[in-house]
Amino acid sequence: MVGNPRRPLRVLIAKPGLDGHDRGAKVIVRALRDAGFEVIYTGIRQTPDMIAATALQEDVDAVGLSLLSGAHMTLFPQIVEGLRRRGLGSVLVFGGGIIPDEDVPRLQAAGVDRVFGPGTPLRSIAEYLKEKLASKTVAR
Amino acid sequence: MARLVLSGDTGALARSLSLIIDESGEADVLIRSFFPKSGSAQKIGICGPPGAGKSTLTGRLVALYRKAGLKVGVLAVDPSSPISGGAFLGDRLRIQDHATDSGVFIRSLATRGMVGGVSHTIFGAIHALEAWGCDRIVVETVGTGQDEVVIARVADTVVYVTTPTMGDEIQAMKAGVMEVADLFVVNKADLSGAHKAISDLKTALGLGREAGCGGWQTPVLGISALSGQGLPELLAGLDEHARHLRDSGEGRERLKRQYREEVSLYVSRRVYQDALSQMDSHLDELVDHKSDPPSVAARMLRGGAN
Ligand SMILES: Nc1nc2c(ncn2[C@@H]2O[C@H](COP(=O)(O)OP(=O)(O)OP(=O)(O)O)[C@@H](O)[C@H]2O)c(=O)[nH]1
Ligand SMILES: [Mg+2]
Repeated sequence: MVGNPRRPLRVLIAKPGLDGHDRGAKVIVRALRDAGFEVIYTGIRQTPDMIAATALQEDVDAVGLSLLSGAHMTLFPQIVEGLRRRGLGSVLVFGGGIIPDEDVPRLQAAGVDRVFGPGTPLRSIAEYLKEKLASKTVAR
Repeated sequence: MARLVLSGDTGALARSLSLIIDESGEADVLIRSFFPKSGSAQKIGICGPPGAGKSTLTGRLVALYRKAGLKVGVLAVDPSSPISGGAFLGDRLRIQDHATDSGVFIRSLATRGMVGGVSHTIFGAIHALEAWGCDRIVVETVGTGQDEVVIARVADTVVYVTTPTMGDEIQAMKAGVMEVADLFVVNKADLSGAHKAISDLKTALGLGREAGCGGWQTPVLGISALSGQGLPELLAGLDEHARHLRDSGEGRERLKRQYREEVSLYVSRRVYQDALSQMDSHLDELVDHKSDPPSVAARMLRGGAN
């Protein structure tokens, strides 16, 4: 069989934590879809286990975490750990929401590749993903 | 990897599904190892208009099947954007309660330009889920015109979901849908107008077909996927249909229909892909009148057949 020369990239956008606002997450979902990504969205109040299990079943290239409630310092590392436990250490993890600058280095040390602040232009998130995942668009 | 899938490994299933759906070179080998298990699950197609409650219902069915100790696979198909090629895959939102249940596997699929969301790859995905040990596989598809009919070529049992507020839609329902559905569900029966919708549907069905084909009476069930009302009856109907398929020989006919579809989609995809990959090299000849379209086409087909 002829291999697919290029497949769409798959991204899971997940909202861990207890805050009930997902407008921001949905805006990102739409922007990424319009930039050519297949975006899986699972709604609010996702536990780290649900997020990692979903990333596994959906075989995504990246997981984007959106959080407003301030629990990122515990939740983000737990999610990275959950992914690693499932053999998904190579899945790109990025985050966004309301995250103080001083927390960013520690999140990066924990395995979150990049943290986007509230004012980030949506296009730059799509560009970041395309650049980071460029090697994956070629068939597996 | 195929052996891992057959032993029930979830990670191996996830990777295999990607290889199959992305049409990677390893797909054929995987499917060959999975195929002995083909036909072991009841494949339930859930279709209907957008927002009818298909995903909510799928979540309910998963919960009920899990309670009965069955292993369940879900393939949730959503359209790819023809412009960007991207897709919003949101069905999972309503099935997410089962995300961490090791007896449930859910994969969201984008149509990627395939007619009706069905290509030979969805058959491959079903083979993988059956190899993993699923007893039931639910396939939810985008519900526009043509698609509702296409799902019948994939599923053993087709459930068409509508709602009381879609009364006009029932009136206008295409003959194709009426013939293809094995069970009709009027969802959101917690809203007013459900009784009228059910009786309208029953009337339409009565007019549409005499005494059913092969002795199956297509039921019309009122349910609320939100509250769970009517779900036990639907479950009984689904089991009954599985029994009917087994006892009447219709199940074997449907399997044949599925394999016919899978093989013909595979062949046409391959012939098409191989032939069209040579297209560009012939276009100059045509512009210069050194050849003509039928001759070019014949040459391309010969090239693609080996
Ligand atoms: N009142 C009522 N609302 C329902 C019921 N079932 C689903 N809904 C609601 O209908 C909306 C759509 O439900 P989904 O399950 O996403 O519908 P769907 O058919 O999967 O939608 P698409 O996949 O987008 O075509 C949601 O807001 C549900 O909560 C029901 O039985 N009663
Ligand atoms: Mg849905």
